[in-house]
Amino acid sequence: MEEVLFFLAAFGALGGAIGVVAMRNPFHSVLALIVHLFSLAVLFLLLSSAFVAAAQVVVYAGAVMVLYVFVVAYVGGGEESAWESIPGQRFLAPLLGVALFVELAIAVLASSLLALGTEGPDVKAGFGDPAAIGYLLLEKFLVPFEASSILLLLAAVGAIVLAGRKREGESA
Amino acid sequence: MSIEWYIVLSSLLFAVGAVGILIRRSPVVILLCLELMLNAGNLALVAFSRMVGNQQGQVFALVVMVIAACEVVVGLGLIVAIFRRKLPLDVDELRELRG
Repeated sequence: MEEVLFFLAAFGALGGAIGVVAMRNPFHSVLALIVHLFSLAVLFLLLSSAFVAAAQVVVYAGAVMVLYVFVVAYVGGGEESAWESIPGQRFLAPLLGVALFVELAIAVLASSLLALGTEGPDVKAGFGDPAAIGYLLLEKFLVPFEASSILLLLAAVGAIVLAGRKREGESA
Repeated sequence: MSIEWYIVLSSLLFAVGAVGILIRRSPVVILLCLELMLNAGNLALVAFSRMVGNQQGQVFALVVMVIAACEVVVGLGLIVAIFRRKLPLDVDELRELRG
């Protein structure tokens, strides 16, 4: 059962990722990314991290993707021209991607990590549930937690400054 | 499922995202491909956290999600600003900063 779910979710994630890259229309790319994110949430559940999976669906597939859909609807889903500024870009880029994948796979699989080939240690029932993650966030990682909240606030203010209306008399 | 399947899947997704950044020219799609790469990193973090049997990797994954949200907000703000100034939404044509 776990294998079936893993391969279904893996194909969903991979198909979504390829869809993001291959779709001509940005709007379809956003929809493919939503499929990808839901499949990743299933994978997170298989790795017994329920809270990250829930955050993935609520924050990512919910809020962030809505932002993308609004921006794509605002700027218009224009299709890219076929013009290439770098000769052979469409041929070289997949080649580099395959090289990157082979390199990463070798780096991980040829390492001497002891848990490779196992399913990891047995975990207790509460592994990765909101209580455990919340405890870690507030007890052990309080400073990174606060720092990331300040970062989010700064990003929101920055986006308003960047995208806000031009004031009177301001040159382009 | 053995852990290395997750790691291999994560490197595959990372490579797909990198290819997307290399071949696409619309800034929106480049941001989407960045999301792909960040999520591949998240999958590796969560898989490693399961492999060690320790939840701290999941906290890292949550922080990566926050970083991704910040990047999206600033990036989309830039795209809207570019669009408002009637500049082309194509990273090859936005070359004024190129030396």
